[in-house]
Amino acid sequence: MSPMLEVKDLVVAYGKIKAVKGISFSVDEGEVVTLIGTNGAGKTTTLRTISGLLRAASGSIRFQGKRIDETPAHEIVTLGLAHSPEGRRIFPRLSVEQNLLLGAFSRRDHEVKKDLQAAYDLFPILGERRAQAAGTFSGGEQQMLAMGRAMMSRPKLLMLDEPSMGLSPLMMKTVMSTVTTLQEQGTTILLVEQNAQAALKRATKGYVLEVGRIVLSGTGSELLTSDDVRKAYLGED
Amino acid sequence: MTEFLQQIVNGLTLGSLYALIAVGYTVVYGIVQLINFAHGEVFMIGAFGALATWSVLFKGQTGLWVLPIMVIGAVIVSVVTAVVMERIAYRPLRNAPRLAPLITAIGISVFLQEAVRLFYPGAKSKLSFPEIDVVTGAALKIGGLNIQRAAVFTVGSLLLSAVLLWFFVNRTRMGQGMQAVSEDPDTAQLMGINVNRIIVIAFALGAALAAVGGVAQGLLNSNIDFRMGFLAGLKAFTAAVLGGIGNIQGAIVGGLTLGIAESMATQFIPGQFGGSAWKDVWAFVLLILVLVFRPQGLLGARVVDRA
Repeated sequence: MSPMLEVKDLVVAYGKIKAVKGISFSVDEGEVVTLIGTNGAGKTTTLRTISGLLRAASGSIRFQGKRIDETPAHEIVTLGLAHSPEGRRIFPRLSVEQNLLLGAFSRRDHEVKKDLQAAYDLFPILGERRAQAAGTFSGGEQQMLAMGRAMMSRPKLLMLDEPSMGLSPLMMKTVMSTVTTLQEQGTTILLVEQNAQAALKRATKGYVLEVGRIVLSGTGSELLTSDDVRKAYLGED
Repeated sequence: MTEFLQQIVNGLTLGSLYALIAVGYTVVYGIVQLINFAHGEVFMIGAFGALATWSVLFKGQTGLWVLPIMVIGAVIVSVVTAVVMERIAYRPLRNAPRLAPLITAIGISVFLQEAVRLFYPGAKSKLSFPEIDVVTGAALKIGGLNIQRAAVFTVGSLLLSAVLLWFFVNRTRMGQGMQAVSEDPDTAQLMGINVNRIIVIAFALGAALAAVGGVAQGLLNSNIDFRMGFLAGLKAFTAAVLGGIGNIQGAIVGGLTLGIAESMATQFIPGQFGGSAWKDVWAFVLLILVLVFRPQGLLGARVVDRA
């Protein structure tokens, strides 16, 4: 069976500067795959290229066997690939409910209402404040909204970019356990994190990026116990 | 007192006209951060579209029933102009420095004026706009106030447009998409929103309202000419800034405020600085004051408050 997402020799450049220098990785159905690495390693660039916001300079991206590296961003969502961007990027002046409904913009079926309820069940705080402007939320609440919004498109693959960034330890825990919940509900996940420990614990597979290249890969537990990873990303010596 | 109320009536009329045009500036700015200085010409072309519709289909008719068809003609001509303009002049410059589309807008403006002057029969001088039953003719007298019949059409059009616009923005899928794009275009794409389509809708929406304004102007002044878009466009732009550019309600409030301020200045500023000769000066003085003391406009501009 071919992987759900397959990235091959991907190169992405901003002008003359290459941010991603030929990386290959794949995500199989049902997996949680994580990309870890320091700032500037090219993690966010990779996700933005997969979702069509950036264009690849070379290489290919296949989703469910179909090439998507030339597909416009707004069409990629309809294929079942959702992207919860770095910095959450909720629509601050719109209400929680409007934000969630925008997440379902690509859908034309009649089950949107049902999924809205499902999002409120997953994150009760969103239901309590459905009419409130999203910009008034705390970082953690915004992250829940961003994840709920991404789920509203009923993705087969959900890409999460730094969901724990800037959150309190408690909020971080909530967010990371949501990742597990979503996986159990059958969503495949591609997770970008600086919090390598939390990410690797949940990951079936992990890739370590360094200045635009994959330098190490393995199962989550392999990487967790790898000396290189422990030294570079888990702050141990 | 009557004099004062009369100026309110005049101001609301003029202000409604400004507001109808100002919405187009603000909607486009809210989506692409472009001041479309050719928008005044879209208004002018709407007036010519209405006149052409009448001349070709109904010459000599004065029945009120021709008015809706003239409006439809005006809207079609303006919307087509605006959409074509976006497609061939602005879209290629989407990622260019901001000065490029601004200069392009001025170029389009001159182009459209000249195109009408050269190719619309008789447009080298003023053309008279048809008289239509009910909406033109002797002014209505209500309690000592003179109310031009076309003023009722103008204010009524603005009210109807405002209601429809509110419904579109808040109650339709595309309206929600438009709000999302104005807040964060990249993330809007991730929701599956086709940003190019939303931009076209924004241009079309603004053009449709400007076209209605063009018809109103024709009825109010009983003539139109190819230069009418310049000053009207500039005033409407002032109105949009006054209300807070990017903010639709702001454009309407700004238009009405500007109209009333102009009428009041004409009537009540005494001596050599009063009278209609100075009304444009006072309009722009108001713009300067707002820019100095409240640069975000009366209702506040679109703010990018990303958390």
